[in-house]
Amino acid sequence: MPRYAVGIDLGTTNCAVAFHELAATGEEPVETRRGTLGIPQLTAVGTVETRSLLPSFLYLPGSTEFPAGGLALPWKADAADVVGEFARKHGVNVPTRLVASAKSWLCHPGVDRRGSLLPWQAPADVARVSPVEASTRYLRHLLAAGDAHLKSAGINERMADQDVVLTVPASFDAAARDLTIEAAKNAGLEHVTLLEEPQAALYAWLDQLGPRFRKELKVGDVILVVDVGGGTTDFSLIAVTEENGDLQLNRVAVGDHILLGGDNMDLALAHTLNQGLAAAGKKLDAWQFASLTFGARQAKEALFADGTLKKAPIAIPGRGSALIGGTLKTELTRETLQQVLTDGFFPKVSVTDLPQTARRTGLTQVSLPYAQDAGISRHLAAFLTRQAKALENAKDLAIRLEGRSFLHPTSVLFNGGVFKAGVLKARLLEVLNQWLVADGGQPVKEQAGADLDLSVARGAAYYGWVRRGHGIRIRGGTARAYYVGVESPMPAVPGFEPPLKALCVAPFGMEEGTQADLPPQEFALVIGEPTRFRFFASSVRRDDPVGSMQDDATEEAGFEELAPIETSLPAEPGREGQLVPVQLQAAVTELGTLEVRCVEKSGPGRWKLELNVRMKGDE
Amino acid sequence: MDGSSSDSLSFGQRWKLAWSILFDATLAGRVSRALAAPAPVPAPKAPPAPPKAPELPPERVHASALALLGALQREGRLIDFLRQDVAGFSDEEIGAAARVVHGGCARVLQQGFDFEPAVKECEGEAIAVPVGFDAQRIRLTGNVTGQPPYRGTVRHHGWVARSIRVPSVSEALDPRVLAAAEVELP
Repeated sequence: MPRYAVGIDLGTTNCAVAFHELAATGEEPVETRRGTLGIPQLTAVGTVETRSLLPSFLYLPGSTEFPAGGLALPWKADAADVVGEFARKHGVNVPTRLVASAKSWLCHPGVDRRGSLLPWQAPADVARVSPVEASTRYLRHLLAAGDAHLKSAGINERMADQDVVLTVPASFDAAARDLTIEAAKNAGLEHVTLLEEPQAALYAWLDQLGPRFRKELKVGDVILVVDVGGGTTDFSLIAVTEENGDLQLNRVAVGDHILLGGDNMDLALAHTLNQGLAAAGKKLDAWQFASLTFGARQAKEALFADGTLKKAPIAIPGRGSALIGGTLKTELTRETLQQVLTDGFFPKVSVTDLPQTARRTGLTQVSLPYAQDAGISRHLAAFLTRQAKALENAKDLAIRLEGRSFLHPTSVLFNGGVFKAGVLKARLLEVLNQWLVADGGQPVKEQAGADLDLSVARGAAYYGWVRRGHGIRIRGGTARAYYVGVESPMPAVPGFEPPLKALCVAPFGMEEGTQADLPPQEFALVIGEPTRFRFFASSVRRDDPVGSMQDDATEEAGFEELAPIETSLPAEPGREGQLVPVQLQAAVTELGTLEVRCVEKSGPGRWKLELNVRMKGDE
Repeated sequence: MDGSSSDSLSFGQRWKLAWSILFDATLAGRVSRALAAPAPVPAPKAPPAPPKAPELPPERVHASALALLGALQREGRLIDFLRQDVAGFSDEEIGAAARVVHGGCARVLQQGFDFEPAVKECEGEAIAVPVGFDAQRIRLTGNVTGQPPYRGTVRHHGWVARSIRVPSVSEALDPRVLAAAEVELP
């Protein structure tokens, strides 16, 4: 039996590891039963230092780029690549060899996510890696760091044998979850469980409260978790209900995947300041721009920390050894900060203001699908409004809507380094409370979260312990319903695509370790030939039962097309080319991943459909 | 870990522990208990012949000092700053450069050390200097006469490094290289 539950936050820009003693009873003070892991990493050539976070950056050096032994890690003397702080720092100078935001690529349906494609703009001699491989390397580093730590502490355990919980954005689709599991397996983790990041943040909060949580929560409460990480924004709603006199937590909704986070904010500040410098005739090179971005972040933190400061200076050193005279100066004023960050990312809008979206241009240009609209408050408005509509007719109603135009949370839990800035928290609360009061509701209560950088990892470790029957567990199930596309039979008309219907194979809210009913519809599969289904998900269609056929699988009706699912029935001698009638059945594994399989109608055949992670549409 | 294993830790292991403890409250609690347990008295034996110290070149003996200097240059451009002649520059220009030095070097200090004052009293406050005071932590100035106890005023509270986190530096590299030359390829 493992000794620890280990929580790994595999973030877009930073990773963290926490652990929790499984033998703990919950009565001990929090400090004695859990902790976070310091992660040794290269911080300069030949220098290893321990940090509480591992930046999710991978640098792929040329074979002669660094002196022999210069990249050595305590557990790997012949390391040939760099993960962590030095990768991030040095990558600024050599961006074509730097892999960044691998996690965002991992959920990008427009590329082959197992294909070696990163760094995106690498020269020919760089051995590129796939998004899965990059994630594997981060995990390997974290595991090796943990093993080294356990060994030096005289604890005879290995990380891979612990009860490992890996966090993913709530908005990760089925394929991205599968790929995360795959990366974990490649890194040597045979048994991992997935947990949604906003839930992990809530678990960290529960861990911190201990038994006091019963005083903090009451039936009917709806907690909104706003998680703004380095690269992504994630919303979740958790409703407090009661069953047989016990409090229950139900994750009732999650938001879409929004590629927008703290890094965008620092970049926005740097670009604004750079415009000012350019207007004064000062042109920065890429290296100086990186140091401007860094300086802007420091200045931002200084202004947020001390409300009386009107401005904070930023010095940008030149690259040569002549520091004095070669240093450029600029400053961040509170006005600019307010304009770019507070108003730019958290604008005061009404709840009916929806995010501006540019029409997707298909797959002609491949890059990360960054959010078009930087206004996090608009994304939040869209989330609360859409979920209210979705819940209006929901049978399993954990939330009473009482005719309101959007879903009213009763409290908010903030997560992510962005919210170290009290000003930004205050702004989002102000905007949300304005909507609530105008809609006849009550202002929300802010729940004081744990450490904003580490709580996802901590909460994940705590969840590992909760899974063993302690504390309170958040129930949720899948936050989407899943469908396969079925073409309507109709005469071919040139230039007109036959309308696509959607057959529900997995209803909303399937719990881990359960399987859906068999839909009555049959499909005929040809033995020995690959079969492929178009695959859809919906985060708002909460009541479609298995086997129900929806006429209109479009975005307007709440569907989102995912990468297709496919299988190839193995050819048995003498049966090639035969038609086999099958039904499609979905199951959610104990790990938290979705599986769709073909079940032979009158026979023992069972074939798993793979979630295709190569390309959306046809190659 | 059990208490009995504390004495078997090598110096290196203790170092590593010191690192990891910073981030691990659980472990810290247990280790502090283990390390606090009295170590068994070693059996008396004949003093060994003084080992011949291997002759190490000064840069190996002082490798960690050089590493710290390297870090101050890398993060805060300290060597650049101090090696430059300030005579021809305005205070404005020196000030701009000083911000780079201050920001970067402060980060190095913060990552490597936790500091605390040598005395609890604030500067300007009265302080009692008892009999048997720690003459390394307290330096007397002014009218130093007679025997303690004394009463005086704190002029500077002093600094003590409460904890030290020394980066591990690869022995494969020449510690004398404090900063590499940067060559940009077209």
